Amino acid sequence: MTRLSPIPRLILRRLATGLLTLLIVSAIIFWAIELLPGDIATEILGQSATPETLAAFRERFGLNDPPMIRYLHWLGGALTGDLGLSMANQRPIADLLADRATNTFFLAGYAAVIAVPLAVVLGVAAALYRGSMLDRFISNATLTVISFPEYFVAYILILIFAVQLQWFPSLAAVSPGMGLGARLYATFLPALTMVLIVMAHMMRMTRAAIVNLLALPYVEMAHLKGVKRRRVIAVHALPNAVAPIATVIALNLAYLIVGVVLVEVVFVYPGLGQLLVDSVAKRDVTVVQGACLIFAATYILLNLAADIVGIVSNPRLLHPR
Amino acid sequence: MSKLLEISDLKIEARGGDGWNEIVKGVGLQVARGEVVGLIGESGAGKSTLGLAAMGYVKPGLRIAGGSIRFDGQELVGAPESMLRDLRGRRIAYVAQSSAAAFNPAWRLIDQHCEGPVRHGVMSRAEAQAEAVALYRQMRLPDPETIGFRYPHQVSGGQLQRAMTAMAMACRPDLIIFDEPTTALDVTTQIEVLSAIRDAVRDHGSAAIYITHDLAVVAQMADRVKVLLKGTEVEEAPTREMLANPQQDYTRSLWAVRDFRPSPRDPATSAEPILRIENVTAGYGALPVLRDVSFSVARGRTVAVVGESGSGKSTTARVIMGLLAPSQGRVLFEDQPLAAPGRQRPRDLQRRVQMIHQMADTALNPWHRVRDVIGRPLEFFLGLRGAAKEARIRELLAEIELEPSQFIDRLPGELSGGQKQRLCIARALAADPDFIICDEVTSALDQIVAEGILRLLDRLQREMGLSYLFITHDLATVRSIADEVVVMQQGRVVEQGPKDEMFTPPHHPYTELLLSSVPEMDPDWLSRLLEQRRAAVGKGDAA
Repeated sequence: MTRLSPIPRLILRRLATGLLTLLIVSAIIFWAIELLPGDIATEILGQSATPETLAAFRERFGLNDPPMIRYLHWLGGALTGDLGLSMANQRPIADLLADRATNTFFLAGYAAVIAVPLAVVLGVAAALYRGSMLDRFISNATLTVISFPEYFVAYILILIFAVQLQWFPSLAAVSPGMGLGARLYATFLPALTMVLIVMAHMMRMTRAAIVNLLALPYVEMAHLKGVKRRRVIAVHALPNAVAPIATVIALNLAYLIVGVVLVEVVFVYPGLGQLLVDSVAKRDVTVVQGACLIFAATYILLNLAADIVGIVSNPRLLHPR
Repeated sequence: MSKLLEISDLKIEARGGDGWNEIVKGVGLQVARGEVVGLIGESGAGKSTLGLAAMGYVKPGLRIAGGSIRFDGQELVGAPESMLRDLRGRRIAYVAQSSAAAFNPAWRLIDQHCEGPVRHGVMSRAEAQAEAVALYRQMRLPDPETIGFRYPHQVSGGQLQRAMTAMAMACRPDLIIFDEPTTALDVTTQIEVLSAIRDAVRDHGSAAIYITHDLAVVAQMADRVKVLLKGTEVEEAPTREMLANPQQDYTRSLWAVRDFRPSPRDPATSAEPILRIENVTAGYGALPVLRDVSFSVARGRTVAVVGESGSGKSTTARVIMGLLAPSQGRVLFEDQPLAAPGRQRPRDLQRRVQMIHQMADTALNPWHRVRDVIGRPLEFFLGLRGAAKEARIRELLAEIELEPSQFIDRLPGELSGGQKQRLCIARALAADPDFIICDEVTSALDQIVAEGILRLLDRLQREMGLSYLFITHDLATVRSIADEVVVMQQGRVVEQGPKDEMFTPPHHPYTELLLSSVPEMDPDWLSRLLEQRRAAVGKGDAA
């Protein structure tokens, strides 16, 4: 038997549970859509639904097979990257999703690159100057922003930066050939909206995680060694707060990808969220399934990453006795 | 000659529900260069607060309300933070009670050791590291070259405490504050740490403030002793003088604690054992923690299980409670085998065997009021409801000497350490048990409070005919309450028998080691003991 050190073994175990979760989620997605009332073929074909077209449609999408067979077929396809054809326009779903997913991940990444460091720095600053004006200002400002619905924040930003100041476009129109600079400019307002939405949570958790540690003996010890307050927080408290902060960051990154449907709609941004909304309206179930699967995988992957960061940041696990 | 540290008329206040309460009430303290001053008193006496104040530091929620702290001629009260920061770690260092908590778990020992000297600009990192190894060697740590490159969790408690002392010495401070540095250690480990600390302080000529609640320990360490009670000074004298001739009643009462003896036994009731452990082997995973353990507890009697940490005392308790299934052997209660896991036992059997934990703090749900804590077992085991339950809760509170009307609605956070432990006792009593396991129930308490708990347990035993299994590492406690003693080492029973036999020679070598390691009031005890042991080792080498 090969002996793995505890860390790789733990990580492998987490990966395995992640895959299992994804499998369960895929089944739930499939069966949930299966339970939707009405006949999919009739709904999609609408007025052109004659017995012949219906039969052909069912034949083409394998709707005559029992659900179990269709699930396994779909799952098998998904594993090889083939998510089938769109029911609405007969295009391969993988291609359709690839474009949209790239856009969504780009926007999420854009927002994350701004929000995560900013939130952590502000959280540390708030903990450092706990109870001061700065602390109260940061906490209240971020709290105010998340108290508004995200589309409201989006419209306010449009009003100020697109309509009044005319600095940024109100529609985040992107096309495949665009350069990075142009793309960053076009998507600045949706990215800013998302930064504002996810910042508060991450910043407050960072602050709380650090403040929690400030009463601990080793933090007091650092003070008694004559270490500067700033260094006590950054060097003694922060490394021990990595695990809870990573968890919150992962949740918020996941939210950036799966929770921004409204922001995409407001800015008419061609991302996954908008595709999902359109597809639900059109009853394009195969596309809905595919999009949901991507969302689920993202969620699981990000949480998995947070778990792994938590494990690796724990000296007891990283350096066993 | 001016003193190194001169504290005069110091007043420190704590923020309470109704404004600021004074917790240090005008205390003075002087320490000359190279002098070791002991501070003793119960918890709440203000020892640690006074010790920390010597660094110009008060814990959050406290403030210095008056008085003066002069260190080497500089006034620390009201001094700017930058000046205090410059003194701390460099000229005044601190050694905390729990080194496991006071070392940052995320950094290696040597990184934490070098932080002070490097940040204060006393040494380069390379110099500090070389110094650290020298100090580790002086503190008699194993593998001084490499031990610093371990993380705190990879080092034992006694070693960690010595590493912390080494860290305090990193900048060659003029004054070191030792805040109960050996309280959390076993007696055998305590000796090593005490002797290492004492030699190091002498070699470096540092002055020290040694805070403890253990008189016998302070007798070994200090030149002069100051006794504190509730934030005021009781008396101060050179150590030998104080031990020989304490002036105040309170100081004398600190001595008297060790004289507690249980009530006399009725020999007629000693007959049958209530609990028998037969050849139990148990462990976590493949590694057995207990190996072939057998002993029995007679009805109405107290069996004390002693040993260092890691000797399997608490695991024995877990096996009896059914929290851990033995891989071999069995536990018999009134000749009936006890099922494992414990939840398979009939409820009545669960009721009759109860346990009281070491940390009353963590054994109580902070959101359960006293009423709920005691009421739950009354409902669960005895089916009491409503007025009957209420009456019984009050009875039990009276039993543990807490005024019912005053305490019944309190939360655990509103109780003192001793009161919490009393509440845990009441919770165990609520089930109307025959047999109670007391797992280090007095270890976290200071002597006077602990003695109150022991008296209470003794009275309850007499009145209700309870049988106790008393797990402890404190031989003074064993001496006062046990009928029989079981000595454990590395999961095995090395010696067992009636108490009087155990405390009279000849002993098993391990029992001998334990017994001789208990500090005595004699200030020469530590030096004499170390000499004896050295001589014994020398003889062993020669032979």
